[in-house]
Amino acid sequence: MIEAQQLTKRYGEKTAVDRLDFVVKPGTVTGFLGPNGAGKSTTMRMIVGLDAPSSGSVTVNGKRYDRHSAPLQEIGALLEAKSIHPGRSAFDHLMVQAHTHGIPRRRVEEVIEMTGLQAVAKKRAGAFSLGMGQRLGIAAALLGDPATVMLDEPVNGLDPDGVLWIRNLLTGLAEEGRTVFVSSHLMSEMALVADHLIIVGRGRLLADTTVQELVRQYGGDAVTVACDQPARLREVLSGPGVEITGEVGSDHLHVAGLSARAIGLKAAEHGIPLFELSSRTVSLEQAFMELTHDAVEYHGASTVDTPGRAA
Amino acid sequence: MTTMTETHNATTTSPSSPEAAQPARPRYKVTGLRVLRSEWAKLWTLRSTWITLALGLVFLIAFGVIAAAQYGSGSGLDDGGPGGDLSNADALGLSLFGISLAQMAFGILGVMVTAGEYSTGMIRSTLAAVPRRLPVLWSKSAVFGLVTFAVGTIGALVAFLIGNELVSGTAAELSLSDSGVVRSLLGAGVYLGLIAVIGTALGALFRSVAGGISVLVGTLMLVPNLTSLLPNSWEDDVNKYLPTNAGESLYSLTHDAASLSPTAGLLVLLGWSALALAGAAYRLVRKDA
Repeated sequence: MIEAQQLTKRYGEKTAVDRLDFVVKPGTVTGFLGPNGAGKSTTMRMIVGLDAPSSGSVTVNGKRYDRHSAPLQEIGALLEAKSIHPGRSAFDHLMVQAHTHGIPRRRVEEVIEMTGLQAVAKKRAGAFSLGMGQRLGIAAALLGDPATVMLDEPVNGLDPDGVLWIRNLLTGLAEEGRTVFVSSHLMSEMALVADHLIIVGRGRLLADTTVQELVRQYGGDAVTVACDQPARLREVLSGPGVEITGEVGSDHLHVAGLSARAIGLKAAEHGIPLFELSSRTVSLEQAFMELTHDAVEYHGASTVDTPGRAA
Repeated sequence: MTTMTETHNATTTSPSSPEAAQPARPRYKVTGLRVLRSEWAKLWTLRSTWITLALGLVFLIAFGVIAAAQYGSGSGLDDGGPGGDLSNADALGLSLFGISLAQMAFGILGVMVTAGEYSTGMIRSTLAAVPRRLPVLWSKSAVFGLVTFAVGTIGALVAFLIGNELVSGTAAELSLSDSGVVRSLLGAGVYLGLIAVIGTALGALFRSVAGGISVLVGTLMLVPNLTSLLPNSWEDDVNKYLPTNAGESLYSLTHDAASLSPTAGLLVLLGWSALALAGAAYRLVRKDA
């Protein structure tokens, strides 16, 4: 469980993380999404106490990270930047961290096996490929058998095998009841593993939602219909579970909750001629682009009306 | 009290996962001793440690032996020229001739012990495991300081035993049982150990290998020369409190008005180390890693 309250990080004039509020719950994979520079890595660094918040707070399992007596058991983190000494072997790298917590050698060997590093465990970590380095980082994150696992862009630089391995690992960890918090700038990747999404742009929270909710909100499975009597059509179509939006004076209506077929039939039944009838499925990628695009405009131009969810 | 709150935490944070068998999880804990153990392992799992310690040891022994051999062969006595200051030397001073070079090796390794973690990114792993941070600094300085003390004392002893053999029969010959000899040899180890601690602190303070080494070398080699720019009346007063000169009073047999007593020298050197450590601790706690 990770809880952020008004979490803020300023570097001089620049605000990297701007009053973030969110909760990452156990038992699911929570995706932390945002374009590059959105403040994801800074947020994660604050979670494990590497950076101190300028204001606000963030707790891990109810306490500030540095107040825990066995931090590696509370949260295991893979940060984006390399966090190893290149001259030390993978085994030694894990062992020196294990020593601080009294974690036995057996556990070190276990995580080496889990991450498939047996063959290279005694080699200098500096000579590792990107993928191997990433596996070593994940081994370190799992070392303390943590209740929360936090990974910053874990699939970066991995081959397809590695990507699949990470996906299975993440869902497996969540199924064990752990809190899993994964950042990415790729919606397509997140859509495959995450249940819950926390989306940020320019340091601000843009959405705290589920994958389904996001699709629904951004017109997923909606139908666009055009006719010369939108007001009448609206009346005809309205019913429980049906959501109709449209601008005043426009021929177009957006209908969610009814299929194109049902709309066509209803319109015919009431003698309303249609000019257009098309279902549009918005991909998560599109929804994400739309969300973050708004955020960029919101900060770039002085006033752009962002209906709904700018904050 | 802490155990109670932790147990409470464990039960409240995982209500959704009764099958996760939380009670079966082992209970780990960070302790001061374990951080020490970790820093000990960190030190010995890098090749640079072995190389640099060996280098320091070689400097210490080799230059001492060379100086003693020079004296023993008589060249230091006759020529009155560049080597003339060896004429009233003692076996101890001769065998510890290498200390000024050895201190560089040990001090620089000290800088690398801390600053190296920043330049490689290892610091993120280190502080994620020990987010309270200060135990890391104390452990690093303690481990590396004690290792250097041990290596330095052994080196000084070996240099003395060989050097003394080389000057046997001359005026410089001493015996281990002579007053001040054991104190001086231990003093050499203590001095090197504290230089190692200062190096470690400077590395943590500057977070850069180059920066830390520059300041260390400046302090040990340049500052003593710069004091000659001071008015004469101040020069001696300032000089004897410099780390190098305070250290020298720890490992030299004879003391004059311009130098501190061994005890005062030790206190001054401890003061410098404490100052460097305080700066390092402040930066470590206050600044984002």
